Amino acid sequence: MIAALLATPQPMSVHLAHASAWAVFAVGAVLILSGALGVVLLRNPVHCALMLVITLFGIALEFIDQSADFLAAVQIIVYAGAVVILFLFVIMFLGVDRRERFMREPFRGQKPLAVILGLITLAEILVLSRVGNWSTGQHGVAGDLNGPGENIQKLGQSIYTRYLLPFEMTSALLVIAVVATVVLARQQSRAPSELTKDEQAGVAAAAADKAEAKR
Amino acid sequence: MTVPGAWYLVLAAILFGIGATGLLVRRNVLIMFMCVELMLNAVSLTFVTFARMLNDIGGQASVFFILVVAAAEVVVGLGIIVAIFRRRPEATADDLHMLKG
Repeated sequence: MIAALLATPQPMSVHLAHASAWAVFAVGAVLILSGALGVVLLRNPVHCALMLVITLFGIALEFIDQSADFLAAVQIIVYAGAVVILFLFVIMFLGVDRRERFMREPFRGQKPLAVILGLITLAEILVLSRVGNWSTGQHGVAGDLNGPGENIQKLGQSIYTRYLLPFEMTSALLVIAVVATVVLARQQSRAPSELTKDEQAGVAAAAADKAEAKR
Repeated sequence: MTVPGAWYLVLAAILFGIGATGLLVRRNVLIMFMCVELMLNAVSLTFVTFARMLNDIGGQASVFFILVVAAAEVVVGLGIIVAIFRRRPEATADDLHMLKG
């Protein structure tokens, strides 16, 4: 929207619009990458969740830069609002906002291998995007992005006509998710003697871990 | 006149790579989950970029569905994590080997 407003056909403002689009992209890219590195590198889970907010804001900025206004708003409301708050709630609820306890590596050299694997993944994506010819030139069936009308109007028209069945199915998905969470989170209070053998082993292992951490 | 789409695609690829690496490196289940969110967001950015490059609203509709699925996934995933931590406080991903048959 901002880019569209700035992109009036006067020759003076063309340079301005060009520069501002690049500036928005650069700011968003810095936010995204610094936030993502923070999530991966920081020790404290609360800091990681706050870094995740920075990345999500950066993504919303890139959405605005590409005239996806509605998605940018929803990104901030759903992700930066609801999802990260849920993360923080669980972190506080479980009391795991401490440093990760020291543990021996079950698999020697796993972290360097993981970094190498991540770099290979990245290189593969970049090489494939250079080599592959993904766009067939076939025109999409969902409707034009640059047609008349607002972005949200076209998006709504597409979702409520062509994608109506998937949209209805998301409601079923959300109901199933809510029911599943209620079932998972329900506290069964049972006496220790009613625990199964495996559960007793788990409780004993947790006690042993705690004793080891104290030592 | 805007930024070429390839720049956004490279940015999304880097974000996806960081998320994948974090998923492999970290042991805390919650942070591994956040890395999954990073990867989901990288894919969302790719969808929006292709929607603009190909002049097709379908990419943005897909991102709408990604948001719904991500919300459901976070709710169920955090429910599972709470259930795990209730049984084994200070559990890490390695402690889940007790799920083995």
